[in-house]
Amino acid sequence: MSGRFKPGDRVRIIAANPPGHRRVPTYARGRAGTIERLCGEFANPEELAYGFDGLPKRMLYRVRIKQTDIWPDYKGSAKDLLELEIYEHWLEPA
Amino acid sequence: MSEHEHDGDHGHHHDHDHGHGHNHPHDPIEVADGAGHYELMVHAIKELLIEKGVISAEDVRRSLEFMDSRSPALGAKVVARAWADPAFKKRLLDNGTKAVGEMGIPMGDAELIVVENTKDVHNVIVCTLCSCYPRTVLGLPPDWYKSRNYRSRVVVEPRAVLKEFGTFVPEEVTLRVHDSNADMRYLVLPMRPAGTEGLSEDELASLVTRDCMIGTGLPIKPERKAAGVR
Amino acid sequence: MTELDLSRARAHDLGGQAAGPIDRAEHETEPWHKLVTALLTSLRDRPVRLVTIDEMRRAIEDMPPEDYRRLQYFEKWAVGVSTLMVEKGFMTREEIERRVKELAARAKPKANS
Repeated sequence: MSGRFKPGDRVRIIAANPPGHRRVPTYARGRAGTIERLCGEFANPEELAYGFDGLPKRMLYRVRIKQTDIWPDYKGSAKDLLELEIYEHWLEPA
Repeated sequence: MSEHEHDGDHGHHHDHDHGHGHNHPHDPIEVADGAGHYELMVHAIKELLIEKGVISAEDVRRSLEFMDSRSPALGAKVVARAWADPAFKKRLLDNGTKAVGEMGIPMGDAELIVVENTKDVHNVIVCTLCSCYPRTVLGLPPDWYKSRNYRSRVVVEPRAVLKEFGTFVPEEVTLRVHDSNADMRYLVLPMRPAGTEGLSEDELASLVTRDCMIGTGLPIKPERKAAGVR
Repeated sequence: MTELDLSRARAHDLGGQAAGPIDRAEHETEPWHKLVTALLTSLRDRPVRLVTIDEMRRAIEDMPPEDYRRLQYFEKWAVGVSTLMVEKGFMTREEIERRVKELAARAKPKANS
């Protein structure tokens, strides 16, 4: 499968705060990370939440972020990671 | 009290409260004594949906039955098979959905990603936004998994949280937290404990706890199991 | 690095919020917890899907934040399901309330043990 991004690409999660049903935790917004894998295409949950069919499907990615790039006082190893699933429209190249 | 004929297969509808003490596995759920507002609301909605023909009592019964069939024992079998069978383990890590499908476990609309613990990496799962959990593989999630404190803290201080569970992850080991925020569900494949060579798959499965498949715990060591310690 | 600002996080968006020790006590799942779960899956897992998990999440997220913080997990599900059933026109709020009153009248109080 292919999308705008491929594994290994550096991406940034858009730092937006739109109202409504969004599946991007606030802690992750504006953060840069790496594409860990493509998960496949799924109907957009932001539209499904309101009874729409959410089509066309969008590519979902797992994004890997260093914990030290999220939390200012992270108490753990500098190698620690946080990985979460982000849809293509929430990503831009970093 | 009314009498009902019960043929063996429970194929007929029970659409009303029995009021007697039968305990079939999948009797309709009665309003409990002292039911609070939210419980009453759920029963009201159930009755209205069935009366209006939106869903059937059979639909509800089937859902309850499926839910009752799910438990961590299923996940433990998956882990044990991966420990015993390297080819299955590879398939499991490549495509979790398909691999557990081989064992008759459906994932529904979600996809399963299996993440492997190694001597260099420890994985832990959370859903910060709501409490998504691989229910078809592990059953219903524990209360702590759904709690505010777990959802808030495990992403930012995972080692401190794991310590509360009695699980110590050294600094040299990379700790990966997976926030299950979209359509993926996660299962941790823990490391096979030392001293388990020659154990059968059933014996291996008995070492696999629910918490070690979430990542807050580790599998039981065989010598601890033999001593009756958990 | 972008500064971390969680002040605009909605009540359900909990990652990184200050919180206390985790209560690891396990509680038996009450029958009505299973029932509300079964209602949701019955509404979802059918040829013509009547409700999506996304709608359910949205209905729960949209409750007043003080309710979100106060209600227990399955109480939130009860609110979510009732919101959606009314929203989709399967029943009215009045019908639900009327039936709740009838069930409350029939229900026995909890026995003193």
